[in-house]
Amino acid sequence: MTEFMKRLLKTPQGAIGLGLVVLVLLIVVAGPLVAPHDPEKLAPLARYKGPSLTYWLGTDQYGRDIFSRLLIGARATVVMAVAATIVGTLIGALIGTASAFLGGRADELIMRTIDAVMSIPSLLFALLVVNLLGSSTVNALVAVAIAFAPGMARITRSVALSVRKQDYVNAAIARGESSAYIIRREMLPNVIAPIIVEMTIRVSFAVMLFATLSFLGLGAQPPAAEWGLMVSEARRYMHLSAGILIWPSVAIAIVAVGFNLLGDGLRDALNPRT
Amino acid sequence: MIVYTLFIVSLIVFAITQILPADAAVMMLGENATQEALDALRQTMGLDAPIWQQYFSWLWHVVQGDLGTSLRTGQPVGPVMFEALGRSLLLAVLSIGLMLVLAIPLGIIAAVRRGKIADMLVSLVSYAGVALPEFVTATIAVLVFADWMKWLPPTGYVPLTENFTAGLAHLVLPVCVISVILIAHVSRMVRSELVDVLHTDYIRAARLKGIPRREVLRRHALRNALLPTITIVALDVGYLLGGVIVVEEIFAIPGIGRQLIVAIQARDLPAIQAGVLIMAATYSIVNFIADILYAWLDKRIQYD
Repeated sequence: MTEFMKRLLKTPQGAIGLGLVVLVLLIVVAGPLVAPHDPEKLAPLARYKGPSLTYWLGTDQYGRDIFSRLLIGARATVVMAVAATIVGTLIGALIGTASAFLGGRADELIMRTIDAVMSIPSLLFALLVVNLLGSSTVNALVAVAIAFAPGMARITRSVALSVRKQDYVNAAIARGESSAYIIRREMLPNVIAPIIVEMTIRVSFAVMLFATLSFLGLGAQPPAAEWGLMVSEARRYMHLSAGILIWPSVAIAIVAVGFNLLGDGLRDALNPRT
Repeated sequence: MIVYTLFIVSLIVFAITQILPADAAVMMLGENATQEALDALRQTMGLDAPIWQQYFSWLWHVVQGDLGTSLRTGQPVGPVMFEALGRSLLLAVLSIGLMLVLAIPLGIIAAVRRGKIADMLVSLVSYAGVALPEFVTATIAVLVFADWMKWLPPTGYVPLTENFTAGLAHLVLPVCVISVILIAHVSRMVRSELVDVLHTDYIRAARLKGIPRREVLRRHALRNALLPTITIVALDVGYLLGGVIVVEEIFAIPGIGRQLIVAIQARDLPAIQAGVLIMAATYSIVNFIADILYAWLDKRIQYD
């Protein structure tokens, strides 16, 4: 494990990515505790303020402290994205591994069906699902998870197919183990590394998908401090103060770039040959 | 195979719109309609038939080119959707064009100068490219280039046939916004493909024969490294179509994405079905063509 951490930190992507992700997770855990102001307290006299000692990043169109809102909104933004990615990955990994293990006609049928599902753009798919279930944060989570599952299934299948050919799987089949046992105990543990890499990178896409859903009015609802919602609310007032638009954008970018870099760093660290 | 894909898509589309909590008869007659009137309308629209019968009757009409009638406007959905698709395709094709012109050279430079400053700059660009969702990039672009600099019009759509220069000026920001994420993705893919190819034995053999680097790159390496780009770009069309939805909404372009958002907000079932089906068909057809093109360009691959 320490060996692995060393390899991860040796690459610039891994080091910077890990730094950013740790920073983001710290904000998720401790953000609400250290926020200097109440994120929903309106101050009509202190609207559109620039950065100052009282308001570190200035105030928004209602005089709310942007810095506090970002600290508190981290939970709504990041936790949701991570949760949706994990759920989507689990569903996808299960389908992909099963498809690779079953092989033959069943595999063909599953993959063609997944192709069909993937031909609907994931944003559109998420829009339809949220509309179906009603707009709320939990439904947005379900929507993003479902939208991610087919892509993860496809990736897992291609990794699993190479694992399927390994001797230890054939040995388990020869021992007479059940399919469920082989998928769960022999194959899944060995396809996990590439899936973790893909999952890390996808968290950044989930953050963006959630933000876009909020922008279209189908994710978090006002006055929540979700970052995507903050940007979309700021659009009408951006002529008066660019800060209310820029700071939440910077926050989204930090999360997206952080998870992307960490994913690339993990890939290099897990794959010492390249 | 593409027929099977489209069949499954039609099933999914129909299933989703069936579960949507919207009653077509109530939508057309209003909340206060009498029970008899609702029942009569349901009967004429065939809504009282079993689900599978409704599905096949819908599918049969779609196959014949009849996509249904909008519940919102009472007009046939097909012509409206295809007209909107035309505008979206213009946006999509221009974005792919811009992306190819920028992403391929960037990827090649990064691979050839691997580990040097040029490579790092290109990866910096590609990380920056995937940092923000389209609606944020679009908003910032409007703020900077339309409001502050006053170089370009902020939003709106002018048909190219009406006023070519104004039409083009209105397309610059949307096209740039859509291409940003694609450029980031494709340039990275080109880079990693080319890096792999440059490490193969036949490239080493060509260099040992004394062929100059530039010539090896052009005649041997690029031919093999750029082929997978076809597949990558085709798969990215799905992402592109999602981006088109957002960008059309922000820049007020009357394309298929905007039509879909309006349809979804109004729960206009026939319009939703038609829009999703057209988008999925576009994606499937592009990927089908990409597969054929790939097999045609690379004789080692055979599809059955």
